[in-house]
This record gives sequence, C-alpha cells and structure tokens, in this order.
Amino acid sequence: MKPDDPNLKRVEPPKLTLLEKTYLPQILGGLAVTGRHILGSAIGGKAVTVQYPEEQHVPTANYRGVHRLNKDEQGRVKCVACMLCATACPAHCIDIVGATAPEDWPDREKYPESFVIDELRCIYCGMCEEACPVDAIELTGLYDITGLSREELIYDKAKLLSVFDMTKDAEPMKTGNPPASLPVPTSPLDPEGPGPRTTVPAAQLPSRS
Amino acid sequence: MATWQIAVILVKIFLIVGLFQGAVAYMILLERKIAAWAQDRIGPNRCGPLGLLQPLADGAKMLLKEDVIPGYVNKPLYILAPAIAIVMATIGFAVVPFGPAGLDAPTVNGNPIHFQIAPNVDIGILYVFAIGSLAVYAVILGGYASNNKYSFLGGLRNSAQIISYEIPLGLSVLGMVMLARSLELNDVMSWQDRNGLGPIPAWGVFVQPLAFLIFLVSAFAETNRLPFDLAEAEQELVGGFHTEYSAMKFGMFFLGEYLHVITVSFLTVILFFGGWDAPFLGVEDTSWIAAVLKVGVIFFKVTLMVIFIMWIRWTLPRFRYDQLMNLAWKALIPLALLNLVVTMVLIQLFRGVG
Repeated sequence: MKPDDPNLKRVEPPKLTLLEKTYLPQILGGLAVTGRHILGSAIGGKAVTVQYPEEQHVPTANYRGVHRLNKDEQGRVKCVACMLCATACPAHCIDIVGATAPEDWPDREKYPESFVIDELRCIYCGMCEEACPVDAIELTGLYDITGLSREELIYDKAKLLSVFDMTKDAEPMKTGNPPASLPVPTSPLDPEGPGPRTTVPAAQLPSRS
Repeated sequence: MATWQIAVILVKIFLIVGLFQGAVAYMILLERKIAAWAQDRIGPNRCGPLGLLQPLADGAKMLLKEDVIPGYVNKPLYILAPAIAIVMATIGFAVVPFGPAGLDAPTVNGNPIHFQIAPNVDIGILYVFAIGSLAVYAVILGGYASNNKYSFLGGLRNSAQIISYEIPLGLSVLGMVMLARSLELNDVMSWQDRNGLGPIPAWGVFVQPLAFLIFLVSAFAETNRLPFDLAEAEQELVGGFHTEYSAMKFGMFFLGEYLHVITVSFLTVILFFGGWDAPFLGVEDTSWIAAVLKVGVIFFKVTLMVIFIMWIRWTLPRFRYDQLMNLAWKALIPLALLNLVVTMVLIQLFRGVG
C-alpha cells in the first residue's frame, strides 16, 4: 500500500484535555480498579486461592494427570499390547513387554506381560490415550503424585491398574465400565496398597533411548 | 540538661527505634497481604493466626541465611552501604514529631514532655530532607561497590533520580513553610490546627493542593518505590543495587526502604494532613488524655498513608527513565515554582487580613 492510497486511514492520537494531560483521572481510575480487587479479596472473600492440603482442587474432566490401565468386565487388563501408545509417545516413557495371551482369553492374541510408564519422563500430552484402539490407557485427574526417589515414580502394571481401581468411580471409563466389586485402594501412596513400593529392577525400567 | 531530661530522651529513642523497627516487620507482612489481595490471592496465612507470625519467620530467615561477600567487590564500601541505608533511615526520625511537641506538649510538674526525640530544632524540615538525600549514598555505594553492571546501572539511575526529585520535593514544601512561617514540623502542624474555616480544617491538602500532589509524587521517587523503583527494577536489573547482597545486608536495605516509607508518610501527614489534628482535638488542649489521643490520630493517619503507598504500588507501572526525568524537570519543577510564586503573592496580598 502506497502512502497516498485513498484507502489509507490516518489515525490521529486523541487530543487530551488539560485534566487528562495530568493523568490524574486515569490514576484515580486505576486506584479504583486495584481498590476493588483489594477489598474484594480482603473482605468480600473473592480470592481465588485454594488452600491446597486442606482443600483439594478438583480438575476439569479433560485434565491430563496420572495414567491408568483400564480393566474389562472380568477384571482383566484391557490392553492388547499393540504398542501404539508406546509408538505415539513423544517422550518415550512407555515400555511394554507383550506376551501371547493365555488360552482362556479368546478375544485377543497378546496381553502386556509388563507395562511400565515413567511418570517423570511423561509430558502428559495424552497422545497414548488417543492412540489406544481399545481405550485401555487413560489419563486421570490425579495430579499430586510424589515420591522419594525416581524409581518410585516409575509405575508398573500393578500400580497403573490400582490407579484405575482408585479413580474408576470418580472418572468412569469412556467405554464399558467393569462391575464395582473390584477392590479399591484408598490412596495412591498407601504403603500397603498395590504398586511399586520397592525399587523396580533395572531390567524393568523403560528404555531411555 | 538535667539527668531526667536525658533519661526521657533515651526512653523516647528506644521507644521510637524499637517501635518503627517492629513496624517495618509488620509493614512487610502488610505489603505482602496487599500485594496478594490486589492479585486476588490470600497472602501469607500459615504462620500463626492470619499469618501474624510471618515477620518473625522472615526475620529469622534473614538472620540465619549465609552472608555471601563476593570476591570481586570493594569490600569496605560494600559493607558500608547497607549500614548507611539503615542509619540514615533511622536518624531521620529525630525531628519528626509523633505527637504534640513544642508549645502544645503536655507537662509533668510544669516541665513539658515533647513527643519528639529532638524538640525545638528550628530547621526540622531541612534536617529531614538532608538526611533523606544522604540515604542515596547507600544505593550509589552499594551499586558501585558490587562491581556488577546491573548494580551499577541501578545506582546510577538512583543518583540521577534522587537529585532530580529533591528539587520539587523541597519547593513543594516551601508553600506550607511560608504559611506557617516556620521550618519546624510541629509549628506547621499547629498552624493547620489553629486556622481553618469553620468545620473545614486548614490542612495542607486543602490550602496547598498542588503542592500536595507534587510532594506526593516526589516522595514516591525519594523512597525508591513503585512507580519510581528504577534503581531496583527486578525485571530489568535483577534487583539493581542490591543484586549482590544477601542475608542481613539485603535485609538492612529492605529495612531502610521501609523506614523511609514511614518517614515520608509522617512528613506527608504532618505537612498536608494536619498531623495530630482531628475535629475534636484542639491545639490548646495539653492534657495527657488529649496527648495520647493525638498520638493515636497521627499514627492512624500514617498507617493510612502507608497503605496508600502500597496501594499505588499495585496500581501504576514503572516509569521509563526518560519519562522519569521529563516528569521531574518539565512538569514538577515548573509547577512547584508556579505554586510557590502564587502562594507568595497571595500571602503578601492577604497579609493584613489573615
């Protein structure tokens, strides 16, 4: 566009009155805005803070937290060890060792003998969930995972299945819920509960390549 | 000077220094609370009821942290700078009346007890400003001795800023000084109490509104607080002059800054909000009950002023360096001179009347 183009609109800065040139009305307006916020949070209880340990934050339904391995109606792991999630994972945090399914599992050829996710390596992008053809892996709303060592946060199959037992009531599976008779652990860090409390053997660690 | 007079002065010194150092600790809590509220948060509330023990925790943290002296600093100046900051901020209080002083002071056995550490200093305002401008040495020396580009930039900005803003600060006060015909702070206070039209008191903010604005802006600049905290400017200068300071040396800069805020609030209240003047308290009332009430009134006003300073901090963004200089030299100084001339002419015209 040329400088003499007829479509060109020249915008002049607005002429300020003498009062506006002192900036005082604007400053008073700003003071009113911050004053409203200060009074609103100090007296009106409008602060957005969640007092975390006492008050648990409930994330939205599509929040991507800790993974879980879903179970089918018979309490078996849904996963068919197709490796699509491990392939889709941009962080290479999923390590699956597939094996031929037992004789009495006629609906599939393979099942995961070991299914390990490194929760520290994971970037919680949800690609595994999208890739899974049988909706076996899902991301839950659990966000407060802690551990005293890196090994503690490498979740194996038992731990991931226990996450499912813990969250299946609050967050039903997107397809086909199992009966509620399955055991439910109370806390993800319950020392008596299932999961890798002990150090995972090195052979079971996901590959770092 | 009799022994009891010295004792009274010592008591006052301990009282004021202790009170204000404690006040600083709680001002930091207040500042954090107001910061939180302005951002729709709650602020510190874990340490004691309502977070009231937080200052103790903060103080313990400051004292117990490792005191690092970097190897490449100019050591004597580096250690001297925080000391200057805190000493200059503290001794400024010497002439600031925190209650009735001078002729209005209450008496014990006919001897007046002044609510002021050094009463009857004829040049009180000059003294406060002189001490206040000495405090800039802390920032400049701290910035220079740190041997760090960020610190040095902070120190440089600060020196230019303080030199510029000292002029409108001094000029804006002159109007009130001329009206009260005294440089002593309690004379200015009692002048505001004695005069006035009916229910409207002759507070500086009413008789010298322009001077009040200029004084307020310059005072913000003098205390190095937002919107004039170019010397610190966390986002640009990583903390400015105190980048290299840690533990209690940093804490002393902090303490100095907040003591400065208290001094400035006192000056604003004394010069422009009538000091201990309240509608029901007369200057001629020199009983002890009135004295205590007057002390309460002045501390109440100072607290409001401190809250206002913190409120402003979360309202206005930081000035750019050239805007800072333009504001001082092109706006505040001419306006302060104009205010001075107009005040002089009016005083001369109405001399016989008022």
